[in-house]
Amino acid sequence: MAKKESTFSNMVISLSVITLTASIALGFVYELTKAPIAAAKYAAKMKAINEVLPAYNNLPNEEVYKIAVDNDTLYFYPAREDNKLVGTAIETFTKKGFSGNIKLMVGILPDGTINDIVVLEHKETPGLGDKMSKGKSDFSLQFHGKNPENFNLSIRKDGGDVDAITATTISSRAYCDAVKRAYNAYMKGGNK
Amino acid sequence: MNQWKNFNKGFFRENAVFVLFLGLCPTLGVTTSVINGIGMGLATTFVLLMSNIVVTLAKSFIPDKVRIPSFIVIIASFVTVVELLMQAYLPGLFNELGLFIPLIVVNCLVLGRAEAFASKNTFTSSVFDALGMGFGFTMALFFLGGVREILGSGSFLGFKFISGDGILLFILAPGAFIALGYLIMIMNKINKKTA
Repeated sequence: MAKKESTFSNMVISLSVITLTASIALGFVYELTKAPIAAAKYAAKMKAINEVLPAYNNLPNEEVYKIAVDNDTLYFYPAREDNKLVGTAIETFTKKGFSGNIKLMVGILPDGTINDIVVLEHKETPGLGDKMSKGKSDFSLQFHGKNPENFNLSIRKDGGDVDAITATTISSRAYCDAVKRAYNAYMKGGNK
Repeated sequence: MNQWKNFNKGFFRENAVFVLFLGLCPTLGVTTSVINGIGMGLATTFVLLMSNIVVTLAKSFIPDKVRIPSFIVIIASFVTVVELLMQAYLPGLFNELGLFIPLIVVNCLVLGRAEAFASKNTFTSSVFDALGMGFGFTMALFFLGGVREILGSGSFLGFKFISGDGILLFILAPGAFIALGYLIMIMNKINKKTA
């Protein structure tokens, strides 16, 4: 088998064929995995809702309501026990992440206190920004049981009360931004 | 038994991590636990095997001057396939490894084998070379993950055998370098004896 000469037309043809084949193959795999990925994400969301809320006995996912904020939508999942509101899980986001958007699930009690926070999606740097996930560092624990009324949701560098992750100011700032967005929307009529 | 030599070369004598020091970025990054190490190792093995197969089959159609971009496109496609499949069927593992999967593209081990071996050798040799290199890589990550999980969190495969925390240092980045250094020392000792 003689090697193809590196002429201009040969290079163009071979690169075109390779990239075309690769994109067709990727499109096919994407279609194939679309449904399972959606199912996995749904399961992760349900788990996050359970984690950030106190005990409840309704179906928060069926009572979901939306509030439009900053050209995007926040999703609210109210949790009730015997028809009494015990907390709300809010799917919130920030566009200020170090690389791409960050999605959080924030659980807020009826009086505005933050119950728990779970990171749903992020693309931050491994080993630095990903420390905002629970279990990787104690960063997220400092929000538990705090009421933003008397707990300034900004990092200390910006005059707030949050201890940022070392060397990860941007991700910490973004995290606070997402939590703040959820809290503000909740206080502005999200607490049904 | 010629193929056994191709396999054994990557698995032991020219082990990517312990001897060639290739692909250290994912090696040091993900090996905080055994399961992470195995997951990353197997994902890399799959990419390595598929890219070696495609490169060796396509080698006569690829002009020399554009071979590196061609290899990168092939490798990146398979990495994306792995990422999508893992996201769909192993979401738990994907949560842990997801950030590191795209890094397989820049793992010099994969491009290195495509360039140095698969583009010059036959189909069967390339398959065995990929399997040897891939499993050697997985084995290295397994040992490194094992040492770090045992010392760092006092558990193995998630089963805790001490109460409380382990030596935190070994979960953190410096622990990865220390553990890797000692493992390389042991590996060199064994290699010297058999040589």
